[in-house]
Amino acid sequence: MTSDRDTILSRVRGALAPLPQRAAMPDWTADLVIMRQARGTVDAWTLFAERMRGVNGTPLTSVADLVALLEKNSWRHGYCDPVLWPKFAAAFPASIKVETEFDRARVDDYQFGITRAAGAIAETGTIILSEATTSRRLAALTPWVHIAVLTREQIFVDVPQAVAALPQDANVIWCTGPSKTADVEGILIEGVHGPGIQVALLM
Amino acid sequence: MATQQIDQFAKHLAADTQAAVYDGSKKGHEKRTQVLFDHFPDANHLRHLAGEIKQHVVENLDTYLPQVEAKLIANGVKVHWAATAEAANEAVLSIMRARGATKMVKAKTMVSEETELGHFLEKNGIECVETDLGEFIVQIDHDHPSHIVKPIIHKNRREIAKSFEREGLGAYNDDPETITRRARQHLRGKYLAADVGLTGANFISAESGRLVLVTNEGNSRFCLAATKCHIAMVGIEKLLPHDRDLGLFLNLLARSATGQQLTVYTEFITGPKAPTQPDGPEEMHVILVDNGRTNVLESDCREILRCIRCGACLNVCPVYRQASGHAYRSVYPGPVGAVLSPLLAGDKFPELADLPKASSLCGACNEVCPVNIPIPDLLLRLREKGKREGAKAAAAGTPPMGAWALLASQPTAWKAALFGGKVINYLPTKLLPIPALRAWEEKRTLPEWRGGDFRKWLKDRRVGAVALNRPLKDPS
Repeated sequence: MTSDRDTILSRVRGALAPLPQRAAMPDWTADLVIMRQARGTVDAWTLFAERMRGVNGTPLTSVADLVALLEKNSWRHGYCDPVLWPKFAAAFPASIKVETEFDRARVDDYQFGITRAAGAIAETGTIILSEATTSRRLAALTPWVHIAVLTREQIFVDVPQAVAALPQDANVIWCTGPSKTADVEGILIEGVHGPGIQVALLM
Repeated sequence: MATQQIDQFAKHLAADTQAAVYDGSKKGHEKRTQVLFDHFPDANHLRHLAGEIKQHVVENLDTYLPQVEAKLIANGVKVHWAATAEAANEAVLSIMRARGATKMVKAKTMVSEETELGHFLEKNGIECVETDLGEFIVQIDHDHPSHIVKPIIHKNRREIAKSFEREGLGAYNDDPETITRRARQHLRGKYLAADVGLTGANFISAESGRLVLVTNEGNSRFCLAATKCHIAMVGIEKLLPHDRDLGLFLNLLARSATGQQLTVYTEFITGPKAPTQPDGPEEMHVILVDNGRTNVLESDCREILRCIRCGACLNVCPVYRQASGHAYRSVYPGPVGAVLSPLLAGDKFPELADLPKASSLCGACNEVCPVNIPIPDLLLRLREKGKREGAKAAAAGTPPMGAWALLASQPTAWKAALFGGKVINYLPTKLLPIPALRAWEEKRTLPEWRGGDFRKWLKDRRVGAVALNRPLKDPS
């Protein structure tokens, strides 16, 4: 019996055989797809912060600002990557409860999740997460607020740079703003299955 | 001679549905244009380039398919091939049975719409939950998506609120935010209880085997964070040669689809989860699906295989805006569907042979296409195919042209007819028993017949030009 693999490949070969010549792969330079807004970027963080606000994201530059944001909104229970927690613990008041173990049986208990970013893209205001740097996939997704912690040298200016630097990693994910939908009458609603608030915290 | 089915559908479409589709698609188009041209100095060049790359892929699938297969296997992915829709569904079922799995959460994938995977799994005792908000609503309503990117463009909030009430998702409330929150809460339970997450793929890099998925809601991410097995159903045309090509295609896809620079979530998946990662699939399968694509590859319409399913051609199409997606009676609506659906239908081509005629050939679909598919040319080729094969649906709404063809191919008869035609100015054309003419005249006024006047004008002009000593090239 012929396998589906053989069937498909032989059909493909049969369909292409009569072509007098095949379309060639064109040459192109990455420069073509860099946004006007990102050309001549001086400070990647400034552009990143501006573009991130443009997609309703929240760029922050200090742990104190993060704590203020959490307190203002009464987000008092969350998860933090155990690698990061020692750097944050001192700045967090006792009124905010933080766990460094994530229990999937209680996903709705966590109002915020703090994990490490693998990078960022300035021109699009995008945070990059990866398998290697994300302590728990669920913790970066299910809480209402996700805080991705990043450093200045992790920021790529544009999409082609970020593509060129894609790591060998099972699951790289680019997050551009909070989870959203416009399925109901085209009206924008944030926080569908993922976070309604996406924070980038520069350390 | 009947009018075309799509006209009949448009005629009977409820006014508020028509308005919703018109507004939604028009807004989508306007945002796309504004964003694309604001962001890039030469957006049109990008479309042409992407078209050339995808055409290269399509014409070299014999090289790229075995290449991507090898990469996927090296990445720890199990690769399956499915020549037909049935084979694709069976592959999913056997993966699930082998794991003793009974529950699936599913992200949006057009190829699974083609194979009607959801119905197939339900029949085999497997719970299969759509997680994209629009697709979830389509599922609970036993409806069909009417747009590639905005599946419920044809529904309003009141209908949705009623469906949620009926499904026990809370008392009637038509606030879109409430609807979304209720879906969030309901679907969370489904993700966490599911055994398998199924997605499609927007692209696969042949160079690395990276599978790229784009979503806004985060539902595919949730499928891949909560379940232990990931199945991706992918059409064989979804390949790109290199990772770097993603930089071009990702920049075009979201802008063309929704006017976003990137969708909220862009995932690059190379295999099962890392051993150190507590969440996510331990097992990953890719099913490479043909289901009629090799027939398209063999046809003179293979350019349609460049399509990246952005829906820009739907949004801009004057026919789609009037008729809505269901009028196309197939998985792919709009201009892309008018080409792709009849071709994918295989033996059932005659049933959809009218679709290529649902176009004024205005060319807007080609102008907005991120991979520059010459849709109007392909529609003409399919009209010819329909005519050649004597498909009845292809003839609907078209008057018999035999007499005209005879007349137009005899210069003397043609000239005589032009002058003789003036008699039409004295006829009550609205009363003539010619359905096509009557349908036409319902909305328009026939201009006065001025047969032969242009030839006379040209002849006089030429004499005048010679008199002024300005040589004019003889048109003959």
